[in-house]
Amino acid sequence: MRYEKPQTVAEAARLLTGEKGLSRILAGGTDVLVQLKAGLVEPDLVVDIKALPGVRSIVAEAGGFRIGAAVSNAQLGEDKAVRALWPGVVEAANLIGSTQVQGRATMVGNLCNASPAADAVPALVAAGAVARVAGPGAARDVPVEKIPTGPGKTKLKRGEFITSIFLPARPPRSADAYLRFIPRTEMDIAVASAAVSLTLDEDGRIAAARVALGAVAPTVLLVEAAAKAILGSRLEDPALEALAAACSAAASPIDDKRGTVEFRKDVVGVLAKRAARIAYTRAGGQS
Amino acid sequence: MALDSHGKREFKQIGTRVARPDGIDKVTGRALYGADMSAPGMLVGRILRSPHAHARILRIDTSEAEAIPGVKAVVTGADFSIPDDAALADISVNVMARTKALYDGHAVAAVAATSAQAAKAALKAIKVEYEVLPHVTDVDAAMAPDAPVVQKGRSLESVPAGMGANVTHHCEFGHGDLEAGFARADKIVERSFKTAATHQGYIEPHACLATMNGDGRADLWCCTQGQYMVRTVCAGVLGIEASQLRVTASEIGGGFGGKTTVFIEPVALMLAKKSGKPVKIVMTRDEVFKATGPTVSTSIDVKIGMTKAGRITAGAATLRYSGGAFPNTTVDMGAQAAFAAYDLDAVRTVGWNILTNRPKESAYRAPGAPQAIYAVESVVDELCLALNLDPLDVRILNAARKGTKSSYGPTFDDIGLLATLEAAKAHPHYNTPLKPGQSRGVSCGFWFNFGGNTCVSLNINTDGTVGVTEGNPDIGGSRASISLMAAEELGVPYDKVRTIIADTASLGYNDVTDGSRVTFAVGLATIKAARDAIKKMCGRVAKIWGIDEDAVEWRDGAAHPAGPNAGKFPPMTLEEIAAISFETGGPIAGHYEVNADGAGVSFGVHLCDLEVDKETGQTTILRYTVFQDAGKAVHPDYVEGQMQGGAVQGIGWALNEEYIYGADGRLLNAGFLDYRIPVASDLPKIDTQILEIPNPGHPYGVRGVGETGIVPPLAAVSNAVSRAIDVRMHELPMSPPRVLKAIKAARG
Repeated sequence: MRYEKPQTVAEAARLLTGEKGLSRILAGGTDVLVQLKAGLVEPDLVVDIKALPGVRSIVAEAGGFRIGAAVSNAQLGEDKAVRALWPGVVEAANLIGSTQVQGRATMVGNLCNASPAADAVPALVAAGAVARVAGPGAARDVPVEKIPTGPGKTKLKRGEFITSIFLPARPPRSADAYLRFIPRTEMDIAVASAAVSLTLDEDGRIAAARVALGAVAPTVLLVEAAAKAILGSRLEDPALEALAAACSAAASPIDDKRGTVEFRKDVVGVLAKRAARIAYTRAGGQS
Repeated sequence: MALDSHGKREFKQIGTRVARPDGIDKVTGRALYGADMSAPGMLVGRILRSPHAHARILRIDTSEAEAIPGVKAVVTGADFSIPDDAALADISVNVMARTKALYDGHAVAAVAATSAQAAKAALKAIKVEYEVLPHVTDVDAAMAPDAPVVQKGRSLESVPAGMGANVTHHCEFGHGDLEAGFARADKIVERSFKTAATHQGYIEPHACLATMNGDGRADLWCCTQGQYMVRTVCAGVLGIEASQLRVTASEIGGGFGGKTTVFIEPVALMLAKKSGKPVKIVMTRDEVFKATGPTVSTSIDVKIGMTKAGRITAGAATLRYSGGAFPNTTVDMGAQAAFAAYDLDAVRTVGWNILTNRPKESAYRAPGAPQAIYAVESVVDELCLALNLDPLDVRILNAARKGTKSSYGPTFDDIGLLATLEAAKAHPHYNTPLKPGQSRGVSCGFWFNFGGNTCVSLNINTDGTVGVTEGNPDIGGSRASISLMAAEELGVPYDKVRTIIADTASLGYNDVTDGSRVTFAVGLATIKAARDAIKKMCGRVAKIWGIDEDAVEWRDGAAHPAGPNAGKFPPMTLEEIAAISFETGGPIAGHYEVNADGAGVSFGVHLCDLEVDKETGQTTILRYTVFQDAGKAVHPDYVEGQMQGGAVQGIGWALNEEYIYGADGRLLNAGFLDYRIPVASDLPKIDTQILEIPNPGHPYGVRGVGETGIVPPLAAVSNAVSRAIDVRMHELPMSPPRVLKAIKAARG
């Protein structure tokens, strides 16, 4: 196994494109190193991207924020401006692992590991976040929900990697929230999860919404029917019930050691309702 | 050895919360655990494990592995002979499979190499040809006559003809006329329960370092609850004499019963023998879950009759336990413990052990009792609800007490159950009203406790300090407690005493650290060894004073003339006697050896307040209090720690912990991510109340406290959850999917 720490994006792309065997990208390493230790992958090449320009910084851009691929979730959690604009994204990223893991783990790593149960991803999808993909050709921007294609699989081509995630600007009276279900209180993986991002009009009615669900399908789901269920409402009970029903209907989970199909379909609706209420309150809504 | 006649003695040091002797080393990382020992030229040992739940081993080809550079030894079952003793033979086959792999993770070969990489490559290069066989992992399925047969011909004579081949053991306990008892009942409840296998979850994985010289002398450093047991078993499995194998116990990062047997030690010794080099084996967490012993999985039926006033008229239980692929008799303890808390005219328990394709059971804190008592206490709670009776009043009404003929035969002496129940009834916890959505669960618990073979040496150093040498690894604070007892008896300050744990060559045999025996039995032997040293010191002083030995008495750390007739002499302190010992006959030491009985049974009562999220099935523990009889709490911090630790392990068992098997019989959750022990943020502070009803069998009244604490939580939590959701729960763990399903089923 070779370990490389390129200083430029072009050099990283060249290394990754040139590798005939298996390659892995190392940022925080909280997934890759665990997989290496467990013998799940035996890469020929590991490319550490932490030395690439800009990957360790959070920069204000167009009213939003560009978050580098090697920004740790702990660093993200300490950024007051990001927290104020996208509280749901930050709370999702900060749920991953322990305090020690938070010091290493990154949102881009969480996205590229492509677990349907990734905590940061539903919140990023609900936020309409966009990933910047670098590679042998010109960089391109791809909506986050288009990156994972199934458990452990992404749309990224050979030699491609993500250098940053962009969280867009928001209108006033906007907020987001993320909730997951775990049997414990921490140090666990979502059995089901829901992220809700919404914008209120001046009357406190929901003018725009995005609802994303985790751990209930091979990839994180963006559920338009769930968003529609609460549009125009002040989250009155019928709207919340319609939201939950839309989420349960959209979910197509599996039975596994962490939960049953029935449990996940029920609980994902409950989480969506609760997350919607939190986001609504954060956006200034009076329920 | 009886409670001192001056049983009401005023202790000067017993009962104080002195600093623990191992604290600084542990918090600074200096303490040496199983994996911390190294030797020059040491090899890395690794074990290849079966990926199948049940398979015949047709052929193992190790030639490619042996050819890898750096690989110094490869062993398989063919390297080991099978000991005559059945228990030893089972351990031998468990540590290295012979003709069949009996569970997912069963060891089939091992390698020793100069690097971890070479060892890993060697494991991959070993070719094992399997014939996969049908498997069974569920206890009830395994009992069926047509179930896949795990091992043939293992049934004991106790098993009646006509039972399935996997049924290996049968037992019955009880007394009285059940039929007449049930006829007197106003209400009878009969229910069936299941509990999942759970792992002890110790944080330190098994680890050892083995060396064997050309002359056949071997040394073993390992993490264990009993170095003498390791010596006996390894010597037996390897066919060497006990004197040729010296075993040293490392510091231990948790055991809870799971380190009262061996898994890797004979393999490391065999690799060391074959390679001629020291070999270290450290298990991964995955190996710990797959190949070391969890507790039994169970299926239990309970039937109890009660009068309207709450008196139990009869109790019956049938217990089916499986301790995996090897025979065991843990169900005996469940069948004996099930109704131990109650004074009953009619009681009968029947136990069965059944083989399954699961890892060989190891002891886990009060082995067999939590499951049986969970089932009984659940039915008692259901009767209390049905008859509208207070659950503590009912338990007080039926409580076993001094003179009660216990459900398992013996008549109880002084026991603390009633006092414990009354303390719970009077406690602010029980008298705090519940808020809407909250519920409260109650359960009793019981454990036998144990004494056993014990040997202690106590040396009076010439500077007046004291060294105690004992032979039981310290898994719960025993060094502090033993030092305290030596200090109390000798009348010297605690910090003048240092207690160390000897290797097997340095002290006589000691049973493993189990059965909550150490503070009781080693404490007893320490007190007696101190008295032996005192007798010797008094003899030296008698010589100096020129009076009879009987005319010298020991008081407050010094020899005094026994009375006015003995003459007038200024007292001589231990320090003074020690300082001139070379002139009065040489070094002074006390010894004591005993096979201790009189351990004194232990009872506890737990109260649990919780709430259940009815939309997700998630349980949150809000308040928890443990009441337990310690006889005499030698070091209250450690006693409380035992009570809290037992409660937390029991809560984990009740809510989330379980061995989950796939349809292929493979373990799906061999790691702490999906085998969910509670984390600190899951629980409130566990409150404790120590009761002290002296044990008549110990000079200071000490009872073991290590195990009883894990017994009540299963039912305390289940009873509270059942009350919270208004549905009786019958299966552990009460994981959120299971609870939500029960809530939905009740809604219809």
